[in-house]
Amino acid sequence: MTDAAVVAEGLVKDFGSVKALDGIDLTVQRGQVVGLLGPNGAGKTTVVRILSTLLMPTSGYAKVAGFDVVKNPAEVRREIGLTGQYAAVNEYLTGRENLKMFGALYHLPAKYVRERSAELLEWFELSEAADRPAKTYSGGMRRRLDLASSLIAQPSILFLDEPTTGLDPRSRLGMWDVINGLVADGTTVLLTTQYLEEADQLADQIVVIDHGRVIAQGTAESLKDQIGGDRIEISIIDPARVGDAVDAIRSVSSGDPVVDGLQISAPVSGGSTVLVSTIRALDVQGVEVGDIVLRRPTLDDVFLSLTGHVAEEATPPSEKPKRGRGRK
Amino acid sequence: MTTTVPARKRPLLGWNISDGAVVARFSLVQTLRVPELMFFSLVQPVIFVLLFAYVFGGAIPIAGTGASAEDAAHIYRNYLMPGIFGQTVAFAAVQSTVGIAEAMSTGLIDRFRSLPMASGAVLIGRTFADALRQVLVLLVLSITGLLVGWRITGGFWNAVGAYLLLLLFAYAVSWVGAAIGLVMPNVETASTAGLIWLFPLTFLSNAFVPLSSMPTWLQPIAAYNPVSTLVLATRELFGNPTGIQPNFWPLNNPVMYTIGSCVLIIAIFATLSIRRYTKTTAK
Repeated sequence: MTDAAVVAEGLVKDFGSVKALDGIDLTVQRGQVVGLLGPNGAGKTTVVRILSTLLMPTSGYAKVAGFDVVKNPAEVRREIGLTGQYAAVNEYLTGRENLKMFGALYHLPAKYVRERSAELLEWFELSEAADRPAKTYSGGMRRRLDLASSLIAQPSILFLDEPTTGLDPRSRLGMWDVINGLVADGTTVLLTTQYLEEADQLADQIVVIDHGRVIAQGTAESLKDQIGGDRIEISIIDPARVGDAVDAIRSVSSGDPVVDGLQISAPVSGGSTVLVSTIRALDVQGVEVGDIVLRRPTLDDVFLSLTGHVAEEATPPSEKPKRGRGRK
Repeated sequence: MTTTVPARKRPLLGWNISDGAVVARFSLVQTLRVPELMFFSLVQPVIFVLLFAYVFGGAIPIAGTGASAEDAAHIYRNYLMPGIFGQTVAFAAVQSTVGIAEAMSTGLIDRFRSLPMASGAVLIGRTFADALRQVLVLLVLSITGLLVGWRITGGFWNAVGAYLLLLLFAYAVSWVGAAIGLVMPNVETASTAGLIWLFPLTFLSNAFVPLSSMPTWLQPIAAYNPVSTLVLATRELFGNPTGIQPNFWPLNNPVMYTIGSCVLIIAIFATLSIRRYTKTTAK
């Protein structure tokens, strides 16, 4: 198939008087990882729900794996895996039983499901807990089981809606490994996240949305450049050495250093290796350093720069959960 | 992906039944994991049997005049048991309401809806499992009944028919329960809303008192209530006392009327529920 994995054109979704999506265009090529970045209520989840056939768009059109999501939802469902924000597993069933159930509902033969489940449980480090009810799992384990459930039929396209929200740093890194592994196997991934760092780690292409509209897209690098990129911030000990320090920093920075008392900051490029070269340059000059940080642009910076406002925490009424979610 | 994923052939009875069976099976496994819930759903009808048998026994006259107090109490217990059977299977609907509302409040429903499974299977499977759970409830209830003096005198196959009729009714009300669970905003509301309609449904019937004791304007309403015909049919099939029936068509043809109502209820509520389900996402 030469088609792109996901194509969306002019997607609009109204919830009553609230416009959740206001004309989203999106393309994900096969084998690509696209990160949908935006604050709460931006419409990320709505996009994923339309593409995974859970919601009908008010207008616009979308094709997933070459099938129209409105006209051929059944064909779309055979090609996709979906992992939502909350672990969608039956917590009374064991890990293995959950996989068995979802495998049967994907209409896979029992023997295949048995082998594939064992493989997935092994890969997701759930083998030991496989025969315990999911109720007893930690948050990270539930997420892994959830992801394993969506992989049982080896989908060619995977939708991940905030796959690491609420996970501790260790589990988050584990999740990133897993996602990178899938991508290496050729799976197409559309993931939503609130974290620029996450999109940066995982995605080839980032689409920033706010208020239901695409406000920027490009690679992580190009977005960061757009908002000024990384900055290095150094505070030195001796006021007499500011001049020497500025010279040293100028030799490694990508722009002019700014001095504020004992604080010097400068735009840099090259990621964390720049920390080493800065320290080395300062050391050559014999400047004593009190503190040094590499400040990377955050989602807040992206938003501040792109929209002129800070990413809001408030959720618009359309996406506010109407039901108690019970145990999460 | 280079590996090809095998697929099963379309089953003989279609995907709705096949996928529904998968959902039902794991729903029953889930029941085994929460034995407390099953335990309390068994305790309630047992308490009802004991309360009605000993508190009301004899206060509600079923037997003809001249029977001794002891006989009257015995006759009432035999009259009462099918009433409690009927009431118990009707209340099975609450489980469906709460179960569906609970499933809708988690991400699980989004997962199900993103699978290439048959669209009616989640509801078909759950309602079927809810009805199937009533087998155990009816068994415990029957044993309790036998202990307080209830007897089956209508023959083996008639008794089998009575139990099947009760299970059919449980399945029908489970669909009503599922429909309510689907439209409720949260589990708490669902557990209340899923319960209240069952009180008029079961008490506006001949489950505990003869229809002839009701005011004449109420009698036709109670007579056309399928709970009344279910209970009457069950009494007849078990060979238990029926009391004297006012002359209404459903009461003259209780088995046929009950089966017809169940089929109609399932047709209406299954259609409504499945249609609603395919348009819902986790809330």
